[in-house]
Amino acid sequence: MEILLAIMVGTLYAAGIYMILRRSLVKLIIGIILLGNGANLLIFLLGRIAKGQPPIIPEASKTFLEAYSDPLPQALILTAIVISFGLQSFAIILVKRAHKVVKTDDLDEMNATDEYS
Amino acid sequence: MLAAILSGFLFSLFLVVAGKYFRGKLAVLSAIIPLGLFIYFFSFIGRVSNGEVIRQSYEWVPSFGLNLHFTLDGLSLLFSLLITGIGFLVFAYTASYLKGHSYLDRFYGYLGIFMGAMLGLVLSDNLLSMFLFWELTSISSFFLIGFNNTSEASRKSAVLALAITGTGGFLLLAGALLLGSVAGTYSISEMLSLSGAIAQSEYYLWIVLLLFGAAFTKSAQFPFHFWLPGAMKAPTPVSTYLHSATMVKAGIYLLLRFTPVLGNTELWNTTLIIVGGITMFYAAVHTLFRTDLKGVLAYSTISVLGLLVFLIGLGTQYALTAAAVYIIVHALYKATLFLVTGIIDHETGTRDITVLSGLRKVMWPVAIIGFLAAISSAGMPPTVGFVGKDLVYEATLQMEEWSVILTIIAIATNILVLYAGFVVGIKPFTGKLPEDYSKVHMPPMLMWVPPAILAVLGLIVGVFPSIIDGPLIKPVVDAVGGAGSEVHLKLWHGFNLVLLLSAITLAVGITLYFVLKPSAKREEAIAKFEVVSPKNLVTEFGRNFRKLSEVWTGLFQNGFLRNYVSTIILFLILLVGYSLFTTDRGFPLDLTSFSRVTYYEMVIMGVMFLSVLFVVGAKSRLTAVVAMGIVGYAICLLFVIYSAPDLAMTQFSIDTLTVILFVLVLSSLPKYLSITDYKMRIKDGILSSLFGILITLISLEVLAEPVNKEISEFYADNAYVLAHGKNVVNVILVDFRGTDTLIEISVLTVAALGVFSLLKLRLRKDERNIND
Amino acid sequence: MRTLILKTASNYMLPLLLVFSVFILLRGHYLPGGGFVGGLIASIAFVLHAFANGLETTKELIRIHPGFLMPTGLGLAFVSGIGPLFTDKPFMTGLWFPELPPPLSVLGNIGTALFFDIGVYFVVLGVTLTIIFSISEST
Repeated sequence: MEILLAIMVGTLYAAGIYMILRRSLVKLIIGIILLGNGANLLIFLLGRIAKGQPPIIPEASKTFLEAYSDPLPQALILTAIVISFGLQSFAIILVKRAHKVVKTDDLDEMNATDEYS
Repeated sequence: MLAAILSGFLFSLFLVVAGKYFRGKLAVLSAIIPLGLFIYFFSFIGRVSNGEVIRQSYEWVPSFGLNLHFTLDGLSLLFSLLITGIGFLVFAYTASYLKGHSYLDRFYGYLGIFMGAMLGLVLSDNLLSMFLFWELTSISSFFLIGFNNTSEASRKSAVLALAITGTGGFLLLAGALLLGSVAGTYSISEMLSLSGAIAQSEYYLWIVLLLFGAAFTKSAQFPFHFWLPGAMKAPTPVSTYLHSATMVKAGIYLLLRFTPVLGNTELWNTTLIIVGGITMFYAAVHTLFRTDLKGVLAYSTISVLGLLVFLIGLGTQYALTAAAVYIIVHALYKATLFLVTGIIDHETGTRDITVLSGLRKVMWPVAIIGFLAAISSAGMPPTVGFVGKDLVYEATLQMEEWSVILTIIAIATNILVLYAGFVVGIKPFTGKLPEDYSKVHMPPMLMWVPPAILAVLGLIVGVFPSIIDGPLIKPVVDAVGGAGSEVHLKLWHGFNLVLLLSAITLAVGITLYFVLKPSAKREEAIAKFEVVSPKNLVTEFGRNFRKLSEVWTGLFQNGFLRNYVSTIILFLILLVGYSLFTTDRGFPLDLTSFSRVTYYEMVIMGVMFLSVLFVVGAKSRLTAVVAMGIVGYAICLLFVIYSAPDLAMTQFSIDTLTVILFVLVLSSLPKYLSITDYKMRIKDGILSSLFGILITLISLEVLAEPVNKEISEFYADNAYVLAHGKNVVNVILVDFRGTDTLIEISVLTVAALGVFSLLKLRLRKDERNIND
Repeated sequence: MRTLILKTASNYMLPLLLVFSVFILLRGHYLPGGGFVGGLIASIAFVLHAFANGLETTKELIRIHPGFLMPTGLGLAFVSGIGPLFTDKPFMTGLWFPELPPPLSVLGNIGTALFFDIGVYFVVLGVTLTIIFSISEST
């Protein structure tokens, strides 16, 4: 399964980069989201995955008695997911605004926007 | 000592608020500060001449080994006295020279910073703090050269000087770091005992070359000398103080300071003799071709700096004594000549030597001062210059090898320096007084007393050289050449070879002065060679470098996002891929450690893969968004399966919200474009696939490595014990790493505020026009 | 989107989801959940309500501008962080109240971490609602 996941991470990265390389504004945002998902999955994978061992201490005891999956990458990813929502919404609105002002959604035509700033 | 250094900076800070009161008559009061410092340092003479070394230290950034250690030994004391003594006279002189200048307070501010920095430089025992002060002197020099900021020539000279001395500062930092890592300490006094080990080190060559680079740029050695004549654009007090008496000697100080650490090797001595020799002769010849008084002085200063480097290169005790004496000699007569030039400039409005003459009739005291300085620079008895010159000849004659050639170069240089001194100190005052200058009058007291003090001091020390040998010179020689030196200065050595050489020097020099009148023609003649001068080469280099960087920037910073991203990705692929495939560690992938694939996982992965393909290939925005939502939910399922319930819940909620967000704005978002052609898509496809493969390979590579769970284990073990929580992920978020979370929610708030203001912000007028 | 079924359902869903989100928030220290997830679920509840009944109705229901939740939450989180300073402990040290009597003990130990989590809850709720509301207003 790890190999499959590694391939999946690679696929997400490749798709994300490919979308960022397009000239359309909306594709750029979608690319960023894909890249973010890929990064989250990568951190998750590299923290080693295991089934049925959530990092929650059993009710009766004070410490773990059995194996548990790594809580640290999970904490990292949790914040990353929430932050990425902030990033996405800001990017979407920025694109919307830029589109309104510059009147183009071709990134190649946005390379000289100094006159609008 | 810290207070002494800081006083200069505090004074400038004080001028920022109280500057306007110091533009008028109060300006002269600022001279109190250098005077007070001079008296303070003067009081140490007794202790230092007894061989005592005064140390003070303050901790600054101990973790970087950056402490403010200050050491006052003979060498530092000599420089401190020069800095504060000449500083006092210059501060007083300026009050009259720049009287009524609207930026007088600013000028004093720069001078104050410079004085503090220069004191810091010579007192620092720590290489890093020494570097900081070194840079500060360069910066204050930049501001002072460009003080007449309305003149383009001033600004250009200031930039040139900063470029050269700044490069030197960079070299000093590199050298200091290298030396610090070799010696294991940044303390100069600790390095003294390590000099043997440092000389054995494989980096010795680099350390020496880097420090030479710093010293040669700062002290205007050939071929970096050209910034100094340009620096003469600064007001004359600055030329006197920075570009003759103190700052340019920082390089000399550096060389003297490191002679006991790095010196006495063939590399050290030979390089210094060659560079110093070339500089002193080359610059001395240049004085023949100048008609601007300050131009003549600039080149004769470079020549003397060359002489000092040359003497340090000789390295014998005689040579070091000669160097120490010559520092004083030069400070005394050259500062006098500069100040006299300033007076002439101030009163007549010109510095052109071809038109100035006969001024003795209108300002005879200044003429006497000029004469005293000129004969001191010529090395005539009974001035201190004579003592200095004798020591130089003795030093060269005593060399075992090459003594004849070295002596001849020294004599030739001295003849030309004599010529320069006479041209500046005597020529303007002799001959007929032109009509235009008949109304010229004496300058105010404040202007002619400072050079008078220096000139008279030169005379007194010349007649009684013994008043400086014990208290000042011997501690310097001790600090540089090792304790126990014997220094006895005398004016009269009896009839010997040195006296004969002195006589030759004087005879030839005076003859030269009478035969060779400065003329504009000669200056024009040499201007033809300007094309190959180091200055021109450097400015040309600068110009071409700027052109190159324009082309370079145009090529890479072209405003196309795609090009930036592809360049970055391409380099990442090449670099990481290269190291991935060239380092041979096999591919130790232990398949047995991996979990098995169940059929529902296959389904999830399949759905996910298809969705990604849909996202990439979608023709409409809605398809892409929906497919992206599915990717998110699939990841959410993966989190569920692989024991991350918190993540699954968060991913689910965020994914839902993202889709909602997209649906909300979709109608107002631009249309889905596919502009790029087929070829482009193939190119980008290959690039991004390669990148994806690289990421896959890297993650497999990491998976094959053993994992370190120390931190996670700490959190897991202490989650309940310390934080009373059982969901470790949550405990990490709200307790162990609570501050991070606090910052994270602040970032979220900022993002929300950004969205809010982007939407609610009213469009500006021009934007509205576009929309209409 | 304003179908009758969704409208009716959302009227019941809103309180249910809100209670659920608070439940998720409070149990976060012991079981999966916490401020982030709780805040997100609560915002989904409001967004759902807005979809069914219109933005204005939801806004009236909330009464205050969701933007105010952000400084409230940040303040709460910060105060729970500096609280330990008054007992001579470093910033962000967890402080714990004595164990609660039986009926309330289901909540587990109550400490500064809980208040911090509630702060996170408010910030997340405020952020998402601000973003989504201002976007849907502008279109």
